Amino acid sequence: MITSAAVAIAEARIGRLGESVYSGRARTILERSYLAFRSSAWIVVLTGFLEPVLYLFSFGYGVGKLIGKMEVGPGHFVSYAAFIAPALLATSAMNGAIYDATWNVFFKMKFDRVYQGMLATSLGPLDVALGEISWALLRGMVYAIAFMSIVGGLGLITTPWALLAIPVAVLIAFGFASVGMAVTTYMKSFEQMNIINIVLLPMFLFSGSFYPLTIYPGWLQGFIKALPLWHGITLMRSVSLGLISAALLPHIVYFLAMIAIGLFFTTRRLTKLFMR
Amino acid sequence: MRQGSLAVVDTERAIKLGTLFVVEARLRTMLHWIFSLLTGSLLNPFFYLASLGIGVGTFINSRAGSGGVDGVKYIVFLAPALLASVAIQDFMGEVTFPVLQGFKWEKLFFAMNATPLSGRQIALGTYFSAMLRTVGSVLIYFAVLVGFKAVHPAQAWPMMLTSLFAAACFAAIMLAAAAATENDDLFLNLMGRLLIMPLFLFSGTFYPLTSMPIPLQAIGWISPLWHATEIGRWVSYGHSIPGTMIAIHFIYLTVLLVVGLLWAFNRFEYRLSK
Amino acid sequence: MHKESLIQAKGLTKLYGDFAAVKGIDFSVHKGESFGFLGPNGAGKSTTMRIIAATLTRTSGEISILGKDPAERGPEIRAHLGVVPQQDNLDQALTVTDNLYIYGRYFGLSRKFIRAKIEELLDFAQLVEKRDVKVETLSGGMKRRLTIARALISEPEILMLDEPTTGLDPQARHILWDRLFRLKEQGVTLLITTHYMDEAEQLCDRLMVMDKGSIMAEDSPSGLIKKYSTKEVLEVRFGSDKNAEVSPQLSTLCERMEVLPDRILMYADDAELLLEEIRKKGLHPVTSLVRRSSLEDVFLRLTGRSLVE
Ligand SMILES: Nc1ncnc2c1ncn2[C@@H]1O[C@H](COP(=O)(O)OP(=O)(O)OP(=O)(O)O)[C@@H](O)[C@H]1O
Ligand SMILES: [Mg+2]
Repeated sequence: MITSAAVAIAEARIGRLGESVYSGRARTILERSYLAFRSSAWIVVLTGFLEPVLYLFSFGYGVGKLIGKMEVGPGHFVSYAAFIAPALLATSAMNGAIYDATWNVFFKMKFDRVYQGMLATSLGPLDVALGEISWALLRGMVYAIAFMSIVGGLGLITTPWALLAIPVAVLIAFGFASVGMAVTTYMKSFEQMNIINIVLLPMFLFSGSFYPLTIYPGWLQGFIKALPLWHGITLMRSVSLGLISAALLPHIVYFLAMIAIGLFFTTRRLTKLFMR
Repeated sequence: MRQGSLAVVDTERAIKLGTLFVVEARLRTMLHWIFSLLTGSLLNPFFYLASLGIGVGTFINSRAGSGGVDGVKYIVFLAPALLASVAIQDFMGEVTFPVLQGFKWEKLFFAMNATPLSGRQIALGTYFSAMLRTVGSVLIYFAVLVGFKAVHPAQAWPMMLTSLFAAACFAAIMLAAAAATENDDLFLNLMGRLLIMPLFLFSGTFYPLTSMPIPLQAIGWISPLWHATEIGRWVSYGHSIPGTMIAIHFIYLTVLLVVGLLWAFNRFEYRLSK
Repeated sequence: MHKESLIQAKGLTKLYGDFAAVKGIDFSVHKGESFGFLGPNGAGKSTTMRIIAATLTRTSGEISILGKDPAERGPEIRAHLGVVPQQDNLDQALTVTDNLYIYGRYFGLSRKFIRAKIEELLDFAQLVEKRDVKVETLSGGMKRRLTIARALISEPEILMLDEPTTGLDPQARHILWDRLFRLKEQGVTLLITTHYMDEAEQLCDRLMVMDKGSIMAEDSPSGLIKKYSTKEVLEVRFGSDKNAEVSPQLSTLCERMEVLPDRILMYADDAELLLEEIRKKGLHPVTSLVRRSSLEDVFLRLTGRSLVE
């Protein structure tokens, strides 16, 4: 009997929970992303976090001039740039996660056949999913740090609580990545993938990034408050401005629920997704 | 049986009408995407108008007082910029992706070039089909603007033509740039991040360009969107602007058009014969 | 000799929607043997291979690989396998070396082990000069060689090759054959699909001929020839339009006949004699060829089609 190292490693895991979908080596997928990343163009990496920065300059400066200060609490006024900066960070965390966990996954599945290669080895689908999501989060974190440095450089950070913006960005990204990947497992064509974009844009535009929801009629406010990005933006804005209170807990719980539900469905569907 | 003796290919006709065949082929492909195209052309501008025009507008109007922005309500100020930006983005998308696809992803252009079609015809065919698509987008968007009372149709309709013209001028450059591209990934990334985004945000789209510091204004000066927006505002609500400036706007755009097309023909022919 | 069976399938079925790609087939593969799948395009060979590789879930039926169910124990089963899929699925974003490296990492192998193995495999795949090149820029045959090398990184005990030599030059093909013989000597079990009959004859101890999702026959190469063909074959050509015309007159002369578009194959134990008889009838083929029966004849007989389409 030949027993190779690969077999010995796999056999060491026999009987563990989820052995049919998980081999405990999601980190090798991260390693793969790093290898691929090493050879990517530096300018693409460098410009990755540019979008929220451009919005910040354009809206913060230009529209800010037209609008003036925003009231974020009784008698608590901040500049328009400080008002939108957290919303932009939350949105870019969402967009990055969605890009990595949906479009990227969809492409790799349909055209590159990278996953087929991975899944011909002793990896399981959950290794692949966790590995891909982790990379998305890692990248999101680096971009969040870069964005916050710029926001800080502009003098828009006034409280040490603002450091929490970085873990909050990761939390938001995790929530969207898990749900996004779960949704992708149900997607068959580009047309369907496009629906994701059609849902995201209005969410960005109406979730209170640029002004408080109070200008909307009550029913619309209620609807928007049910959407994840509003929770992300509200949470991010509160920590960035140092408005910490127990009222933030429901937002955190919202995202934890997204992560749990997303991962549950992703795992359930992955075998189907990869092995058809 | 001698191949070719049947002469099913009317060579002269094929050479004369080649551009039309390319247009037909492109329009057929677009038909597959009609759902996405329609939602893109209809829903996106609708959302932008509602969120920025009405939402941000509510704040701006309440604080800017009776004068509004540039003497009009915010949504009226915004409308010409959004129309031009939709035209430019749709036109640009329709001359870049198909070109990358044609030269790189599916090598379709090389197959076309193996028939009597020339590089110039493939370039023009792609360009005109993109123009047709943009005409559709502009019409739809203008209707949406009318619905939002952001324009007076009787007065502002020429804005559709000026927006289309500006888009056509810029798209000529992008057609050539896409044809000159070897690294498609890099091109698309940089186009999105260093071109579309900054142009959209720094062309005096959401506020008068002059309220920006000079270095940032410079982005607007070279941006076709700014030139198109200035013309559009002049057409739509009589935004005051000296005659020489209007001439400069049109001249700048025309130069883009001519240079772009010549460069595009050159790149297409080079790439196909390489 | 005691035969331990590694893979056992019973009533194995795969449906794509309503379409049955594999229709309830039974087979078993023994340890250390070299098992081949033959069949025309769309027969269901790759589908079967992918089910065995635990990368495609079956619709119904039973299959066990090393006594395990692939639907339940996927990762564990795949740790034993080296897979060369029909279509290369190399990681286009990585270099040649990185492709081998990361594939080994997917199996959980140590970096040290992989580094040493890479050198050996680059040499085997004749890709030493290309080691730091992006996979995208390799030629078709080079990609194929890399895919094969990659499958060997984990020293698998079952090696599955789906049309491994398609696109390889003759030299590379012989290097691969040599390697496969050596692996077999070491006790590795080989599963191979191929459209090259010489390859099947050379490499396989046992062959399974499939068509439209079902098994048509199963035996050793020589056993198949004995069972489904005559000793010799006579190939005659009368010109493209005439073949069909003369065929009724010929059919009484031999055991069996295949009228192909370009030629007629006539099966007999003595083909020279057959040719005499044809000439006696006053028929004069433009060309004629006498040869021994091969797997290709078995294939034609069983599937009613020529392999090379
Ligand atoms: N993902 C799929 N969805 C639907 N039908 C499929 C799918 N994969 C394979 N088929 C069908 O199943 C049948 C068997 O395909 P398979 O790839 O197993 O054939 P094969 O014997 O390997 O052929 P070839 O010699 O061409 O490689 C074919 O009719 C094919 O069209
Ligand atoms: Mg196959």
